[in-house]
Amino acid sequence: MKRYFRELSVLGALVAILLGLAIFTPAFYQPQPLLSLLTREAPTLVVACGMALVIVCRQIDISVGSIFSVCSVCAGLLAARGWPLLLVLTASVALGAVFGAFNGVLVAGLRLPSIVVTLATMVTLRQGLNLVRQGEFVNLPEGIQWFGLGQTTGQLVLVISSVVILILLALAMRHLAAGRFIYAVGTDAEAARLAGIRPQLVTFLVFVSIGALTGLAAMMNLAQSPQVQPLTGNGLELKVIAAVVVGGVAISGGRGNLWGAFAGLLLLACISPALTHLRIEAYWEKAMQGTIILLAVVADGLRSRQGGN
Amino acid sequence: MSPAPLLELRQLVKNYGGIRALRGVDFDLRAGEVHALLGENGAGKSTLIKVVTGAHAPNGGTITLAGQTVSGLTPATARALGIACIYQQPALFPDLTVAENLALRLNAPSPATRMHWSDCRARATRLLARIGAEISPDAEVRSLSMPEQQLVEIACALGSGARIVVMDEPTASLTQKEQHLLFAVVRDLRQNGVGVIYISHRLEEIFALADRVTVLRDGQSVGTHPVAGIDEAGLIRLMVGREVAQIYPAAESAPGAVVLSLNQLGCRSSGVSNVSFDVRAGEILGLGGLVGAGRTELARILFGLTPADSGTITLNGQPLTLRTPQAAVAHGIAYVPEDRRRHGVVLDLPISHNLTMAIHRRLFPTTWLRFGAERALTLDYIRDLAVKCSGPEARGGSLSGGNQQKVSLARWLATKPKLLILDEPTQGVDVGAKSEIHKIVRRLAKEGLAVILISSDLPEVIGLSDRIGVMGGGTLRAILPGGSDPHVVMAAALGTAA
Repeated sequence: MKRYFRELSVLGALVAILLGLAIFTPAFYQPQPLLSLLTREAPTLVVACGMALVIVCRQIDISVGSIFSVCSVCAGLLAARGWPLLLVLTASVALGAVFGAFNGVLVAGLRLPSIVVTLATMVTLRQGLNLVRQGEFVNLPEGIQWFGLGQTTGQLVLVISSVVILILLALAMRHLAAGRFIYAVGTDAEAARLAGIRPQLVTFLVFVSIGALTGLAAMMNLAQSPQVQPLTGNGLELKVIAAVVVGGVAISGGRGNLWGAFAGLLLLACISPALTHLRIEAYWEKAMQGTIILLAVVADGLRSRQGGN
Repeated sequence: MSPAPLLELRQLVKNYGGIRALRGVDFDLRAGEVHALLGENGAGKSTLIKVVTGAHAPNGGTITLAGQTVSGLTPATARALGIACIYQQPALFPDLTVAENLALRLNAPSPATRMHWSDCRARATRLLARIGAEISPDAEVRSLSMPEQQLVEIACALGSGARIVVMDEPTASLTQKEQHLLFAVVRDLRQNGVGVIYISHRLEEIFALADRVTVLRDGQSVGTHPVAGIDEAGLIRLMVGREVAQIYPAAESAPGAVVLSLNQLGCRSSGVSNVSFDVRAGEILGLGGLVGAGRTELARILFGLTPADSGTITLNGQPLTLRTPQAAVAHGIAYVPEDRRRHGVVLDLPISHNLTMAIHRRLFPTTWLRFGAERALTLDYIRDLAVKCSGPEARGGSLSGGNQQKVSLARWLATKPKLLILDEPTQGVDVGAKSEIHKIVRRLAKEGLAVILISSDLPEVIGLSDRIGVMGGGTLRAILPGGSDPHVVMAAALGTAA
């Protein structure tokens, strides 16, 4: 109970918002808009899972937005050439993993700070994409949107698969030795090394994972519209990092879990519809999100001060 | 009537939440004396120091400085009143040079003051020369070794013209030579009428240096004695409240087959050369020597952290090349590192996670963690090594130093090693836990483990080891029998004839 206090308090805030919505605007709970909301957030959730791994490992990856865009555009182009869906999906995941591996080699192999490495990747990929595509949209062939399953089924597939990925990764973090390694490296890489764990390999694989998950998320986003716009991933990194931090994953590494990141993401995602339903101007959305992030960070700060003494 | 003491504490009380760290301590310090403060970890020494230096406010009692009662002491006012403290862990700015550190510490300039760097540098040179330290004032503190940083701290205290100097385990990481420097500085301070509060776990230092000694136990003073009027046994009795009959458990059986054999081992990058020795099953081989003698470097070679580039390692008759810690672990070598707070125990993780860190392959062969097995194993070791904790879920950081060391040790025992390398296993550990760790090490040897014990605590190396390898300058200087005359061991370490 005490151990998961942080995650439970985020869950509490989420339940409070959901209850408030239930009382004031029951319209929020109409199935179709709710499903649409969850579908929109499904790709973000997948990237957030990867980000949680990275942050637990005491690294950060701010290039996910750019990787997301590049994977989306490339997947779109391949689909437009008539590649089958499964092959496009594999290509997108593989491309993401390659970018992640690139970050990972620089961070783990050369021991460069991840914020600098991924900043460079972020800018390079984004500008490269602009240069090559000149902002051109990619029109997708029939059968890509909603995987050709129809809107509602497609949405359900997306939401369920994102939650399945969350559950698998959360279980792996707790029940696989690999998860334990990530926590150990994130808390104290040198101690982990002296215990026979290979911190560099762990860090590298964590970056590969977030890359692959971003590629997958790009595909999940692709399936939601008839065309791909090249700026689709802009700002994704901030959204994802915010969700993870609000969910109680310590930016200093080694602490937090995926369930918290999930709750954090839902909390931030609920704000916009809540404001709409409560007829508050949309300008307030960013302010509210900022306040929540600030609250979470302050709470962590107070808690670590308490723990320190 | 003698003049008022420099510092007088009366009925000092300090509580942390519900924990009573100090329960009415009386203490006084005269000008021109070295007053040693002794006690097990948790006896209240650090708390006392924190109160005296203004870091924490007391909950009761009075502090009198040279006849004046002071209240509301803060670190700044304490410094202004002439109290300087040298902490165990130097608190310097790693990216600044020695001279810059000294200037910032000693002047506490207002942001608008112009710094006269050449004066600062000259003063730094002077202060370092006075304590006989061979450190350039332009060296970045980051590049200094721990003992050198400690010397810079001492220079700071000197430069501030303090009347009262508190030294918290100043020799914990010093070499013998630096220790002698330090002792000379302390005696020099005493000569100049400074009062020194000297905290150390090393009794021989107290006898060499102090005029009086106060023993703390459970937050209370259990007596102040002139050093001339008390002996080691008496002090230990006061500290632990019981007689420690036999400090070092003796070997009871003859050692078995050779486990590890080194031949002309060397590694250029870490400065180790030409080391040859054998360790047998059931034997404790002590590695003595001064800091920088190459003992930790040798251990790191044996654990695959800095691979050897010459010579051979033979383990159980098989020649080995060790290039990674994983290889070392796979061959049954365990290394309990020196700096347990940084490398031995992950403070943020529970004991159980710490314990299974090195044995995932063995305990969880299918890679799925089995929490039941982990918990059972942890409970076993907690019981076996008498780790004082609230349970397997307690975080590493919540344990005392001695118990952290036991967890660090348990992690490696869980790998069922053939060769156990202990690097400074009792550094900064209180007397009670120290003797427990000695018993555990001896018992492990008796169970057939080959143990290499690296320790800078001379009595420990001599008392606990079956044989003593003395290192110096990165090579093995001598192998002496256990229980040798300390003078002979020290002479070998220094490379001189006894």
